[in-house]
Amino acid sequence: MSDTHAQTVAFVRDTMLPEQPPPASEAGVIKWMRENLFKGWFNSILTLLSIFFIYKIVSGAYPWFANGIWNTSSLAECREMLDGMTGACFSVLTERWNQLLFGFTYPTEAYWRPTLAVVLLLVAIAPVLYPKAPRKLMLFTAIYPFLAFWLIWGGTLLTPLMVLVGLIAGYFAFKKFERQSFAMGMLAGLVATVVVIWAGGVIPAAMPDVLALQAIPSRDLGGFMLNMILGTVCVSLSLPLGIMLALGRQSSMPIIKWMCVVFIEFIRGVPLITLLFVANVVLAYFFPPGSNIDLVLRVIIMITMFSSAYIAEVIRGGLAALPRGQYEAGDSLGLDYAQSMRFIILPQALKISIPGIVNVAVGLFKDTTLVSVISMFDLVGMIRGPILASTEWNGVYWELWGFAVFVFFIVCFSISKYSQWLERQLATDHR
Amino acid sequence: MAESANAPMAVSDEVAIQIQNMNKWYGSFHVLRDIDLTVYRGERIVIAGPSGSGKSTLIRCINALEEHQKGSITVDGTVLSSDIKNIDTIRSEVGMVFQHFNLFPHLTILENCTLAPIWVRKIPKREAEQTAMHFLEKVKIPEQANKYPGQLSGGQQQRVAIARSLCMRPRIMLFDEPTSALDPEMIKEVLDTMVELAEEGMTMLCVTHEMGFARQVANRVIFMDAGQIVEQNEPEEFFNNPQNERTKLFLSQILGH
Repeated sequence: MSDTHAQTVAFVRDTMLPEQPPPASEAGVIKWMRENLFKGWFNSILTLLSIFFIYKIVSGAYPWFANGIWNTSSLAECREMLDGMTGACFSVLTERWNQLLFGFTYPTEAYWRPTLAVVLLLVAIAPVLYPKAPRKLMLFTAIYPFLAFWLIWGGTLLTPLMVLVGLIAGYFAFKKFERQSFAMGMLAGLVATVVVIWAGGVIPAAMPDVLALQAIPSRDLGGFMLNMILGTVCVSLSLPLGIMLALGRQSSMPIIKWMCVVFIEFIRGVPLITLLFVANVVLAYFFPPGSNIDLVLRVIIMITMFSSAYIAEVIRGGLAALPRGQYEAGDSLGLDYAQSMRFIILPQALKISIPGIVNVAVGLFKDTTLVSVISMFDLVGMIRGPILASTEWNGVYWELWGFAVFVFFIVCFSISKYSQWLERQLATDHR
Repeated sequence: MAESANAPMAVSDEVAIQIQNMNKWYGSFHVLRDIDLTVYRGERIVIAGPSGSGKSTLIRCINALEEHQKGSITVDGTVLSSDIKNIDTIRSEVGMVFQHFNLFPHLTILENCTLAPIWVRKIPKREAEQTAMHFLEKVKIPEQANKYPGQLSGGQQQRVAIARSLCMRPRIMLFDEPTSALDPEMIKEVLDTMVELAEEGMTMLCVTHEMGFARQVANRVIFMDAGQIVEQNEPEEFFNNPQNERTKLFLSQILGH
C-alpha cells in the first residue's frame, strides 16, 4: 500500500497482523555484553578497571582463605604453622565454636537443649511463614514457646505448663465475657490469667523435680544463642503489640488514643541503648522490693517496647493507605469493629506494611548485639570479651568479626528474601 | 411482579424507613435540613439533585455511615441510636452499594460474598457459599467466583457488590451512585441487575443520575438541593411537569442534550 493510497483511499483492515519474533541481533550474550559492558569507550574503560580491581581483591583474599588454619589451639601456634605465609587463623572459630554459640558458662552437657530448641523452632514457625504448611502444626506453634523455655532454662516442666494453663483460662474467660463487651472480656481474661498463674504457682513450687531438666540461670546464657532468643522473642511479641498500638492510635476513644501516642512518641525519642541501661540498673527500682526480675526478661521487655513503637508507626502507614471505602464496606455489611479489622483492614494494611515491618525486624535482630554493652555475653560480647581478651587468641580480629558479620548477614538476608517471597504470594489484587 | 414495576404507587402501606425532622451538620456547615421522608415497603425511590446537595449523605445516614445530630431515623421499626449493637443490627438489614464498589481486593469474589453471612449471620460456610453462588448466578457472573476483584471489569465488580449485599438477605437496599464510576458500556449491565431487583419487590433507595432508570422503575423521584427535599413526585409528573424552579433548571440541564 503506497503513501498516496493511504491518504486518498478510505482504509479498512480485514486481516489482523500476527506477532513476529524480534530479529537475531536483538538477542543473545554478545548483544548483552555490547549493551551493558562495552557501550562506548568510557564504559569499556570502566569495565576494564572494574575487572582489574576485582582481580586484585580476589587474588589478595584467596590465599588468606585457602591457607587458612583450622586446627590449632592458639594464635601463636597458628602463626608458627603459617610460617610467614598470608593465611587466616580460622582455628579460633573451631576451638571456641561452643563459646561463640552458647556463651562460656552454659553447661557443656546441656548444649543439646538449645540445639533442639532451634530445630523445633524451624518446625514451629513453618505454619506461620508458609500458608501451605499443614494447619495442624499451629497447635505445636502454640505450645512451642513453653517447650523452648523449658529446654533452654530447664527446671520443672510444670512452670511453663502452669503459665500455659493460665493463658488458656484467660482465653476462656475472655470468650465468656466478650459477649457483654470487648473491654469486659479483656479484663476478665487478664484477671483469670493472673489468678491461675499466681495460684497455680504452688504446684511447680511443691514438685520441683517432676519432669525437671537441670536449671540454668539467665546469666549463663550467651553467644549467638542469646541473640537468637532475644531476636525471636522480641519480634514475635512486638508485632502484636505494634498492631494494638497502631489501632489504638487510630481509636476514637481519646484516652486510649493519647496513651498510645505518648508511648510511641516517648519510645521513639529515646535511644535503645539508654533503655537497655534502664533495664539493667534502674528498672529494678520499679518492681516491688525483693522481687528479682530476670535480666534477660527485663531486656526482652525493653527491646519489645522499643521495636513495637516502630512497628506501630509502620502499620499506621499501612492503615492510612487503605481507602475509606474499605472501612465503610465492612461497616455497611454489619461487621463489628473486631471482625472488620481482622478480616478486612489488617490483612490489607499488614500486606502494605511488610517491607517496613521486615525493616524493623532486621534492625531489631542486629540491635540485640547492643546487650554486649550492658555486660551480657552475646555473640559480640563473647568476641569482645572472653575470646579477644584471652592470651591464646588476643589479636585475631578479622576472623572473628568476619564470622560475626557472616552469621548476622545470613540470618538477615534470609528474612529479607522471605519477605520478598511473601509479598509476591500475597499480590492478589492486580494479577 | 413485573406489573408492580409499571404501576408506580402499588406498594404496601407497611413503613420501611421513617425519617422525621432529621438534621445534620459537618462542623458548622448545615448539610441536611429538616428532612422528612417515609419509605413504604416495596417502594423504589430515586434521589436526584446537583452535587453537594446532600443526597449521598442522606442515604448514608440511614445505615449510620454518617451520624445525624437532630431528628430521628427509624429503620424497620428500630430507632437508630448511637449504640453500636443497634447500629450493627440495622446495618445487617440494610444493604449498600457504593460508587466505587468497595470490594475487598484481598478476597476472592466468593469470599467477598460469604464473609458477612458467615460472621454476622453465623451461617455455616457451605450454606453461605450456596447462597453466594445463587446470587452470583442472578447477577450473571457465577464463573468468576474464584477470581479476585482486580481481575474483573468495573461493571462486573459492581454486580458482585450487589450480590455481596444481597447475600445478607437485606430488606432494604441503598445505592449510592452505583453507575457513576463506570464506562458507558458497563452502565447497562448494572442497571439491568437493579431493574431485576426492583421487579422482585425489593425496597430500594437509589442516588443516581440515570434518569432513564428513574422513569422505568421508580415509583417516586425525590429532588434535593442545598440539603433539603425540594420536590418529590411520581416520575411521570416529576419529569413532565416539574413545579420548583430549581428542579426545572436541573432537568433542563441533564435532559436538554
